[in-house]
Amino acid sequence: MTATVETPAFAAPVASEVTFRIRRFQPELDEEPHWEDYTVALYPTDRVLTALEKIKGEIDGTLTFRRSCGHGICGSDAMRINGRNRLACKTLVKDLDISKPITVEAIKGLPLEKDLVVDMDPFFAAYRSVLPFLIPEGHEPSKERLQSAEERARFDDTTKCILCACCTTSCPVYWTDDQYFGPAAIVAANRFIFDSRDAGAEQRLEILNAKEGVWRCRTTFNCTDACPRGIEVTKAIQEVKRALIFRRV
Amino acid sequence: MSAPTQPGPMSIPAPRTPQRNSQRSNLELYSWLFMRISGIVLIFLVLGHLLIMNVLDGGVQRINFAFVAGRWSSPFWQTWDLLMLWLAMIHGTNGMRTIINDYAERDQTRFWLKMLLYVASGFTVLLGTLVIFTFDPNIG
Repeated sequence: MTATVETPAFAAPVASEVTFRIRRFQPELDEEPHWEDYTVALYPTDRVLTALEKIKGEIDGTLTFRRSCGHGICGSDAMRINGRNRLACKTLVKDLDISKPITVEAIKGLPLEKDLVVDMDPFFAAYRSVLPFLIPEGHEPSKERLQSAEERARFDDTTKCILCACCTTSCPVYWTDDQYFGPAAIVAANRFIFDSRDAGAEQRLEILNAKEGVWRCRTTFNCTDACPRGIEVTKAIQEVKRALIFRRV
Repeated sequence: MSAPTQPGPMSIPAPRTPQRNSQRSNLELYSWLFMRISGIVLIFLVLGHLLIMNVLDGGVQRINFAFVAGRWSSPFWQTWDLLMLWLAMIHGTNGMRTIINDYAERDQTRFWLKMLLYVASGFTVLLGTLVIFTFDPNIG
């Protein structure tokens, strides 16, 4: 270090004690889930995921949660933080009120397996049932499938989905109706319905026109609020409704 | 991978295997559309009704048997009231149907609540329609 005696322009970050109230459930030990408090020292720039890793590494190794990339792309660590569905790796301590314990629990509406881990099978079953893949026309490809910038922009928003289930498990209709497709599946359908290269729009619209399809949406905007990718989920659902009404009525 | 071997601790059961059979029906589409259209029409019908009954021309004080008899002798007001009755009842019934679907968890409960709803609203619609068309101004 060279001799710099002036006061630095930036104050060194200060770690503070933050309490996390985590809803624990260990199926081999517990009858019912219960809340447990853990206090760790964190910097304002730390993520909730950092806190969970600290707790698992330093306090209680039995704490179970999913994580993979840690950078908001894989969609593994969706959880309910202070009552809102968020990715633990995209939620910074400075954005939370640390004067009170921060509650962390598993996402709702899917069967709880352990601590913060839920069974994602029903979520992916709904996703698969809207045919989330390109359905080509005829015997293509015989040449490139060209698309203009405008055609690509039409469905750009819904291509951003990482299948973290934040939206679907924030939806009050999904909590009570396990047959509802849920926002994420409709987002996946939207991504292909409005793709100019795809020929399966009619099929997907037919699937989403069913009793448990888009008409169950109550427009509460929980999904849009929950999406860590900033997708306008409710708008995507409304677009599918509009396509159903104006194409076929 | 399938259903958990032991019952989960959550209040919800493990979601059933998807039974998404492709029964082709536009019922949900039409009921969704009906809610929007009837809602808009009802705004004018109901606010107009309230204005005529409670504000204009002496307000609620002038309403008596003769006033009602006078109104229902005109096909215009008969149509207005009939439309208001039917739209409001079907709109409300469909809304309640949605709420029951949302909140009743057991199939049996859901079925019987909906039956009760349909019978009650059917009865009200029929009774109201009957009164509008068979109203006798010379009674009593």
